[in-house]
Amino acid sequence: MPSINEQLGAYSDLFMLLAAFAYAVGFIAFAWDLAKSNSTIRELEAGLLEAEARQLAAVGGPAPVKNAGRTAASGGALVSESMDYVKDSGKRKAARVAVSVAWIGVGIHAVAVVSRALAAARVPWGNMYEFLTTGALIVALVFMAALLRKDLRFMGTFVMLLVTIMLCAATMGFPTPVAHLVPALQSPWLVIHVSIAVLASALFTITFAMGVLQLLQDGRQKRLAAGGQDRLAFMRLVPSAVALENAAYRVNTVAFVMWTFTVMAGAVWAEAAWGRYWGWDTKEVWSFVIWVVYAGYLHARATRGWTGARSAWLSIIGYLCIIFNFTVVNLYFNGLHSYAGV
Amino acid sequence: MVEKNAAKNADVSVPALGPLGMLRWAWTQLTSMRTALFLLLLLAVAAVPGSLFPQRSVNPEQVNQYLANNPGAGEWLDRFQLFDVYSSVWFSAIYLLLFISLIGCVIPRARKHAKALRTPPPRTPARLSRLPEHGTVPLPAEHDGGPSGAAVVQRAAELLRKRGYRVEARPEGPAPSVAAERGYLREIGNLVFHVSLIGVLGSVAVGGMFGYGGQRLLVEGESFVNTLVSYDSFSPGTNFSEESLVPFSIRLDRFEVEFDRESKTHFGQPIDFTASVTTTDTPGAEAQQKQLKVNHPVRIGGTAVYLVGNGYAPVVTVRDGNGDIAFQGPVIGVPQDAAYTSLVVIKVPDARPDQLGFVGFFLPTAVIGEDGVSFSADPSATIPQLNLNSYYGDLGLDAGDPQNVYVLDPSTLTELNSRNLDAGGIVLDAGTSYDLPEGKGSVSFDGLKRYVALDIRHDPGKVPVAVFSALALMGLGISLFVPRRRAWIKVVEAGARSGGTQSDGTGERIIEYGLLARGEDPRLVAEAAELRTLLEREWPGMVRERV
Repeated sequence: MPSINEQLGAYSDLFMLLAAFAYAVGFIAFAWDLAKSNSTIRELEAGLLEAEARQLAAVGGPAPVKNAGRTAASGGALVSESMDYVKDSGKRKAARVAVSVAWIGVGIHAVAVVSRALAAARVPWGNMYEFLTTGALIVALVFMAALLRKDLRFMGTFVMLLVTIMLCAATMGFPTPVAHLVPALQSPWLVIHVSIAVLASALFTITFAMGVLQLLQDGRQKRLAAGGQDRLAFMRLVPSAVALENAAYRVNTVAFVMWTFTVMAGAVWAEAAWGRYWGWDTKEVWSFVIWVVYAGYLHARATRGWTGARSAWLSIIGYLCIIFNFTVVNLYFNGLHSYAGV
Repeated sequence: MVEKNAAKNADVSVPALGPLGMLRWAWTQLTSMRTALFLLLLLAVAAVPGSLFPQRSVNPEQVNQYLANNPGAGEWLDRFQLFDVYSSVWFSAIYLLLFISLIGCVIPRARKHAKALRTPPPRTPARLSRLPEHGTVPLPAEHDGGPSGAAVVQRAAELLRKRGYRVEARPEGPAPSVAAERGYLREIGNLVFHVSLIGVLGSVAVGGMFGYGGQRLLVEGESFVNTLVSYDSFSPGTNFSEESLVPFSIRLDRFEVEFDRESKTHFGQPIDFTASVTTTDTPGAEAQQKQLKVNHPVRIGGTAVYLVGNGYAPVVTVRDGNGDIAFQGPVIGVPQDAAYTSLVVIKVPDARPDQLGFVGFFLPTAVIGEDGVSFSADPSATIPQLNLNSYYGDLGLDAGDPQNVYVLDPSTLTELNSRNLDAGGIVLDAGTSYDLPEGKGSVSFDGLKRYVALDIRHDPGKVPVAVFSALALMGLGISLFVPRRRAWIKVVEAGARSGGTQSDGTGERIIEYGLLARGEDPRLVAEAAELRTLLEREWPGMVRERV
């Protein structure tokens, strides 16, 4: 077995802290973007109006007073229902800063995780510290990759906050020096089973955020429709509840297939390691519960009266089960998944 | 009053459904999606207590402990089968109902889909512009050299077929059209997924009926033959028969442990366990050398042997008061911590005139702590030492009651050696011997061996479970990601667009297309765009040419 490179491990720890710092800055910038969304929206609308007026002036038409009201109410020009980038939304300066900082954070974070892997000469997910740091990287990466194609900046605040918390929890709560794997974890299934589990969890994280926003947006839309006050003005930068629901469903289907695979791969590994493919170990119980809850979510989509807010709740409950499975089950329940170094 | 009467009448009319009607009603309820969803969520909730309370199927010792610690509550929990959640009546009821509901859902769906597979794509709607995705492509009049409507439709049908659609061309009539549908596989995937889940459940049941599992501790040099008497503990399936035990044998030649000796923070953490074993598939068959490791079981036929634990087994000789050897051999030390501080119990029922018993610890690297108590500082056997108390008297074994070999009950015994007595405790370094007080005999620490804890398992349901699981995963992927959609393309006179019947008389025509998703289909828009590109490429620039 190759020796542990402790110096590289120390560098990895340092970079982990730097990444957390970058994410924290990214979080502030994203939050700033939302907080000043009112003035941003006004500015954007003014810009849109001006452009439209100029266009119409060129063809000799009257100034479009009516259209401006529609844009402001629906926010139609600010966010697209298919979450594609809208041309003029680039003027959100704070959001642009936030995205740049987040990319820097991802870069530093990736260096930290890779150097940890090199230091240990194995995959960087063998204990709680490593699950958290690598998991946070995957969450950030999935989000940033999605940002390349879709305008999901409205979720930036949430994602940045989450990865910052994950990194802080890892470095403060579970600091673990680099070490070899205990024999129970020495298996190719560690690579397959855990990596897909982490990826699925990252996707569920994204849909959890969408679910929460969907519920907020749903309430807001109903209030506005009833002629009420808009108490969540920043939600104008967020697509409609239906758009969120559809997007979340698409991501959830992919994540669900991955989770199914995770459970099956886990069963194959369990057969090789413990002599049985399924034994209702606490971790297995909760993986099963998560699978069933999301299966319920998929069925809800096809059940009358269960779409909309109810299915969002199912998605949220499923995610809470994942959090529970990762934290409470790992730390407080004793089972076969109790890891060395936690 | 009238209303009341009506209500009464309604009440009375309920039994008129009859038992058959009630049954049908119950069946409809059970197989509805709403019920399936409810049962699914109920199943999730019902699985949770199994992680909150210790389970007999996982760790029976813990359950006994729990019952001892919580005498009142524990009994009630047990009454509701909360220590056997996954074989409990209520948990079984939920999943059986769920599977019945599933079957009730799958059968009509399969029948319906079988019919759909034999049915041509549906009739062309009058107004394609009402479909969620639609559009038009210009087509010149026939007298301008344009193709005939029938020819366009035939060609469009060909294009659609290449894109995986099942097509039916309808070239006759004033508005020739082609109807197409694709993604029949989606429903098949869905059915395969659900049927596979039934397969998984069935296979699990088969494994539970005909499988078996057991444990055995094996000291270096010892052999295990797969017969019932060789097991330390054994749990057969419900329909297990002893003939299904294949009498293979396995001998532990050597067991090696590698500890981390480089890391300061993880010094002494195990990084490798390797058992070198010799196996024979059947009595008299050729012996094979194999390596047994964690995560790498040795498989012999349909049975697998797993390495699940290990420890030290000090070799001890006990002579009795008469000077005869009353016990000789390795004694299992049960590890209590990461430094392999191991609990040792030696019962010597053959000792005469008094039976002898020893309890104590084996320490692989014995160090004396500040409080004067010895402890093990490292898991390697560098300074091996036995620290024992001794007893004499009646061990209580002669009555024939089963006893835990790792527990010595001193209630019927007299203490010979302990820290509390003048004689003190017995401290034996490797190769040394100690004479017991009062001429009761002697004990010597002759050598050290390692042992392994083996799990031996046979589960005939394993392979079918794997096959059905793989099928389920495949079916799931197909049912979620293969889009099911319908498409229609038709040629209409320009003036007669969208269902109108009046032609404008110029003979100018358009190709109209429309798409409809059946089920989730986020890529319908993209498909419409591609269809449009195809149509434009097939009948290009004709309008421009004419202008």
